[in-house]
Amino acid sequence: MAEELIAFPSKGEMLEASRQFWNPDKTQFWVDSGVPLVIDRREGYFIYDVDGKRLIDVHLNGGTYNLGHRNPEVMAAVTAAMQRFDIGNHHFPSLARTALAEALVNTAPPGLAKVVFGSGGGEAIDIALKTARHATRKRKIVSVAKAYHGHTGLAVATGDERFAALFLADRPDEFTHVPFNDLAAMEQALRGRDVAAVIMETIPATYGFPLPAPGYLEGTKRLCEQHGALYIADEVQTGLMRTGELWAITKHGIAPDILVTGKGISGGMYPVSAVLVSDAAAGWLSEDGFAHMSTFGGAELGCVAALKTLEITCRPEIRSMVFYIAGLLGAGLRRIQSAYPDWFTGIRQDGLVMGLEFDHPQGAKHVMKRLYENGVWAIFSTLDPRVLQFKPGLLMTPELCGELLDRVAVSVGAARDDARGAGASGRRRP
Amino acid sequence: MTGPPGVSTAGRPITAGLLTDPSGVPRAQAMLQRAQWAALAFGKYDKSSVDRIVHAAAQAGAARAREYAEWAVRETGFGVAEHKVLKNLASSTGLVEAYAGHDYVTPRIDPVAKLVEIPRPAGVVLALTPSTNPVATVFVKALLALMTRSAVVVSPHPLARECSADAARALAAAAVAAGAPDGVIQVVDEPSVPLISALMADERTSVIVATGGTAVVRAAYSSGNPAIGVGPGNVPVLVDATADLGKAAQRIADSKSFDNSILCTNESVLIVTEAAAATLLRHLKRAGCHLLEPADRDRIRGLVFPGGQFDTRFVGQDATWIAEQAGVRVPGTTRVLLAPFPLAVPEEPLSHEKLCPVLGMVTVPGEAPGIDAARAVLRIGGKGHSAAIHSTNPATIMAYGAALDVLRVAVNAGSSLGSAGIQTGLAPSMTIGTGFFGRSSVGENLQPKHLVQWTRLAYNSDPAEVFGDFAGLDPWQVPAGPVPPYPLASNLAEPSSSRTPLPAPGPAAGARPGLDALRAEIRRVVLEELRALTGGESRG
Repeated sequence: MAEELIAFPSKGEMLEASRQFWNPDKTQFWVDSGVPLVIDRREGYFIYDVDGKRLIDVHLNGGTYNLGHRNPEVMAAVTAAMQRFDIGNHHFPSLARTALAEALVNTAPPGLAKVVFGSGGGEAIDIALKTARHATRKRKIVSVAKAYHGHTGLAVATGDERFAALFLADRPDEFTHVPFNDLAAMEQALRGRDVAAVIMETIPATYGFPLPAPGYLEGTKRLCEQHGALYIADEVQTGLMRTGELWAITKHGIAPDILVTGKGISGGMYPVSAVLVSDAAAGWLSEDGFAHMSTFGGAELGCVAALKTLEITCRPEIRSMVFYIAGLLGAGLRRIQSAYPDWFTGIRQDGLVMGLEFDHPQGAKHVMKRLYENGVWAIFSTLDPRVLQFKPGLLMTPELCGELLDRVAVSVGAARDDARGAGASGRRRP
Repeated sequence: MTGPPGVSTAGRPITAGLLTDPSGVPRAQAMLQRAQWAALAFGKYDKSSVDRIVHAAAQAGAARAREYAEWAVRETGFGVAEHKVLKNLASSTGLVEAYAGHDYVTPRIDPVAKLVEIPRPAGVVLALTPSTNPVATVFVKALLALMTRSAVVVSPHPLARECSADAARALAAAAVAAGAPDGVIQVVDEPSVPLISALMADERTSVIVATGGTAVVRAAYSSGNPAIGVGPGNVPVLVDATADLGKAAQRIADSKSFDNSILCTNESVLIVTEAAAATLLRHLKRAGCHLLEPADRDRIRGLVFPGGQFDTRFVGQDATWIAEQAGVRVPGTTRVLLAPFPLAVPEEPLSHEKLCPVLGMVTVPGEAPGIDAARAVLRIGGKGHSAAIHSTNPATIMAYGAALDVLRVAVNAGSSLGSAGIQTGLAPSMTIGTGFFGRSSVGENLQPKHLVQWTRLAYNSDPAEVFGDFAGLDPWQVPAGPVPPYPLASNLAEPSSSRTPLPAPGPAAGARPGLDALRAEIRRVVLEELRALTGGESRG
């Protein structure tokens, strides 16, 4: 561990310090999972462990690194911005925030007219929910079971109780959970006309990207309109061209009342998130513009990173490449699947949003471990560990796609043997 | 949407310095990446699919031959629209007809040599196109790439940027509509020196095909990437007394006035033997060539070569206009200004290349001194390029060809179209390989074979080793639908009619899934064209 910005005498001592001063459980979990990864340098779609091991990143922190780690164009924009700007003063109109708001509205589905900024996805979800409650004067929020929208106060209550109950943050009276892909349950939840909003990831990420059944999201939107609820599209993981459209929700012909973006919009360089709101829902911005404040929300360096990210992402060349990458990887994964049909049981894919299903309750953890050994970093789905989240970047080259598939093929085969040998056991949930 | 993010709806740049790279390099690099994907897909296409695509693109070009001819003249101020129509046709449907029987896709089997040759496309062709023959060169390079299954990124000369870009897009739209992979033909909208340098040096560029000035050709060869660059011409034409002097005069006049001498294959210096001179001059006069008196010649020389350097203002201009600018009175029917001078030496400006209808003339005592004079012209410029001869004496013609450092000699044909393969059996091309004489890797007129290489399966020549039966084996496929396919969600067997995507919020979104993706793509291209025409102001 020489010449790094921050150095420890050894990886072992570093991990020990991490256990002591940071997060003992999480640190130990990765060691026990066979993924003792401490990421040092990073570039493009490669991350390097402190011991030098190179990994292809297809986790991308949920799309945060859509354009690769340390994208040179984003770095250049942020570096240039630092010669003049900093986080800025959140109370005042700002050059960077205004420019980003305008760019977001111009590229958004029709009807979205105002932008509220946050510093992360959870905060943005909270803003979206507060906005919906203000607009409808209703309190209830409907989300799908096993949803994940973040860990902040309101967002955490929309999600799985796993993250809410521990902190006594679940609020079943205000937050209704309905099964995914069940329109009848949705109608039941909305029928009372006391719901402010349905919040929905266009493809639920942390649940392993189960795909919305044809007509499900469209039907949900119709029900929202019938019963006076707003539709909030959580596009934190599905947006920014990952499905081949800038926002996945447009593939369903849905114009949401509110759209949330985070993660990738930062370019992976400076945290920022944004809530796009229709004029009809944006009343509080005229009534009391100080009602929600965030010192770091829409930090100007983040806005510059986001502007550059959006500009890159909107290039027609990038969209075309996403189609090609999705096609090549989809075909390659299906070839691998055909070799292990009873183990690699399903591929959920919408563009570069992919969930790989394995026939074992902890199947994706086995695959994750073997992928790590073979130089690929992909994470299992926290709320469905049968499913591996597989999220390749927008700028993958044909060569890197080929290399990735080679590594995946070997790892999937080895993980099958592991899982069959290990039976149904696995370490406790993370 | 309105323009790219980072530019406000009012069109005023926001934080322009931070967010836009003035040279457009990253965007152009993304084009190379897209081209690499397209080439990867295209390289698996079968012959019938390729033929269909090539024909569609050529027809799209031919259909707008006149429009582009007029556009090119309007934009560059060079040349003659009527002649450019001809070049555009020759470079589109004409080119395809010329290569109708050729096959750069199907593997070749040679049982005698026990060889199988599998064609392998170049991949990503970076095509630098000139201002002088802008649209015709775009057509040729794009079609050669299509014939050989490569993707092409066109970087047009800035003077001919708009017509070249539009022509490239027209061919791209037609090719994609006929089933070609998305991104198979792309064009750089705002070419600049740093941008072209970056593209030439990029590792995704498989080969640079450079037509243009010496500087750009040398830069292509210095880039570190494979390059096919061609040098400038300076064409001597020898006429001896055995020629049909009437026809020779007519051909020289037609050729020199064709597109006002804008082709690099146009005649630069007429070398005529004393025995032929008087008759030839009479015929030349009848064909519209005006022989300048010494004083007028000096005025023309002074005007066109101020300080001894060619003034590019005169590229592709009418002979009468040039004469008028020089204060020289010529008949209104004059097509070519004939400027006699005694000796081809470097300090004589008229012995240098002239991309305008001014033809130098040297009179020589016989064929051998004529060949020497032609060699002298080529010492000054145009090595490896073209020459012409009008003679019926094979011995003279052979001696001329063997003595001159050129790689093509148009015989009893005008050089403009003869050396360019349009009136001879040479490969039809506006890109003329100048070979080793002219510091180029290619000595022929650019043609499809230059963009394809072959993987050779070579059997053991031991007669005991039996050559396999490869008949009927074709490694290539007919593409199934649009390439790449629209990324439909995997739980959708086929697009549902109930799913109506939202209107496109800009160039980056909004295609209808499935079979309609193709139509959407065409619409997108049209919208992009409209947007370009309206300066990015239209709302998509």
